Amino acid sequence: MSVATTTAREVTRAISSGRSKDKNVGSLVFLGALWFSLFFGVMVLLVLIVDTAVKGAPRFDSELLTNYGSIVRPESTGFRAGILGSLWLMLFTALFAVPLGIAAALYLEEFADKERWWNRLIEVNLQNLAAVPAIVYGLLAVAVMALMGFNTTGIVLGGAIALALLILPVIIITTREAVRAVPQDIRQGSLALGATVWQTTWRQTLPSAIPGIATGTILGLSRAIGEAAPLVVVGLAGSVLFDPTGVMSEITALPMQIYSLTSNSQEDLRTAASAAIIVLLIMILGLNALAIFIRNKFQKTW
Amino acid sequence: MSTISSAGAGPSSGTGLPAAHNLRKKSRPGEAVIRAVLMASALLSVAITIGIIFALVRPVIDFFRDVPVGDFFATKGTHAVLPLVAGTAMTTIIALLVAVPLGLGAAMYLSEYASQRARKYLKPTVELLAGVPSVVYGFFALTFVTPTLLQDILSLKVGFTNALAAGLVLGVMIIPTVASLSEDALSAVPQSMRQGSMAMGANRMQTTLRVVLPAALSGVAAAIVLGMSRAVGETMIVTLASGSLKNLSADPREGMQTMTGFIATTAGGENAVGSSSYNELFAVGLLLFVITFIINVISIALVRRFRQAY
Repeated sequence: MSVATTTAREVTRAISSGRSKDKNVGSLVFLGALWFSLFFGVMVLLVLIVDTAVKGAPRFDSELLTNYGSIVRPESTGFRAGILGSLWLMLFTALFAVPLGIAAALYLEEFADKERWWNRLIEVNLQNLAAVPAIVYGLLAVAVMALMGFNTTGIVLGGAIALALLILPVIIITTREAVRAVPQDIRQGSLALGATVWQTTWRQTLPSAIPGIATGTILGLSRAIGEAAPLVVVGLAGSVLFDPTGVMSEITALPMQIYSLTSNSQEDLRTAASAAIIVLLIMILGLNALAIFIRNKFQKTW
Repeated sequence: MSTISSAGAGPSSGTGLPAAHNLRKKSRPGEAVIRAVLMASALLSVAITIGIIFALVRPVIDFFRDVPVGDFFATKGTHAVLPLVAGTAMTTIIALLVAVPLGLGAAMYLSEYASQRARKYLKPTVELLAGVPSVVYGFFALTFVTPTLLQDILSLKVGFTNALAAGLVLGVMIIPTVASLSEDALSAVPQSMRQGSMAMGANRMQTTLRVVLPAALSGVAAAIVLGMSRAVGETMIVTLASGSLKNLSADPREGMQTMTGFIATTAGGENAVGSSSYNELFAVGLLLFVITFIINVISIALVRRFRQAY
């Protein structure tokens, strides 16, 4: 009985999906075009990686990671300052953006009355902020730094403010999705036992949403680590010859170093830039892999 | 934060209020403080928008004190912005010519042809393209697309920097934006419409192109508009590959500076704070913000329309 129903259902599905009429030339050409558009991007990505790796191959050595940038000895120039600078930037970007982003998301999901005009304003504004060009955040960070009375802006603080502003909308949006995925039953159970809204949020909703929040945060940081445009505007140097020591120290970042070497006429320096791109891509890939691992390992399905 | 909450809300369990209806009116200072802090964080996003406008407007007022408005919105001269707008328009149009057909094609495959299982793996693959930093794309445009693809393989007479290479790579970068949002819109079309089309004897191509795509049109339009906003605001690709000279031209083989390219190049140079070339940076920045803002508002409105359709 059950076998018969299944086959009948499969036949119906095959007919209703229109697959039986898909065999003419036009349809096949169309399907081919769709396949092409799907894999075009992947092909470009492959060409990009292979081409860059081949160009950078002569410089896959430890000096690439441990030396400072050098124009005098281009054959052994390194990206130590850029890598350390990027790591410092990520640390402070996360410190600024994550608490703020989570707080804003919790307010919008758990506390806000969605009928009020100001809450709707926040919603629309967030959608808009997510699409503001990265370079504009650089200009904003310069203004914020000037407001706080800093004269030099090419420091950890300036770069981190720009990147934090950039990824704040991303963190808010992903955190909201994670919080929304926590079933209503859990909140109601907690509230029924006499917990306040905040106690419910802090002890029940937030812990359940942490894997989703972590994933979103890491993806936001992986976007920030490759971003160069706001850092150019903030005035980060293309190369510095010392390690960062605090929020006030002048730094460069890996994408900044790559940018400054790209238009250089010395062949050796462009080879080094290719190798550095591979390092940057590995860092981003690592962050993405971490995000996927966290999502698969800790994500609850309700 | 947790200490505040226990201090504010904890005593309620010990006081033993007599009637349940009083619970609603009980004032909880701790809760109120937390609520205020969270709300302040949310309002900060509005403050950021206002901050952007103020940060840009103040230097712009200074700028127009030194430079007449006519010199800014001009086609020629040191302060002319129209060549930059034209450069942005050129690279954006090329990018859309690449991204719209390819993004839409990928979206149609994912939504109408791919099995649930295949979609789970294919969608993140397409989105990989969005994860590559734009400075890497810029490097690729400058060191591969222009010399190898355009000059050697296609033997086009293009400059070392040109709008064509920048636009093509920009297009590849925004494929995921167009594909992802279009796929959402196509998937939101109710199954009954497809079944109706199939029942009339249409095949899957006819159903996709004549029923599903028109039904999802406003969502697809929103995806394209958002892709356009990305292309207009993207900086590093055009800074590296499209040149650093203002050039009002209709020939994509020439190098032409864009608005974002101008900001990056000028900000990277040495300009005294308060000088008119420093302030010009903000004038171009404000124009860029206004343009992308208008594009985003259109996109948000379109998304709302397609959500209301079914």
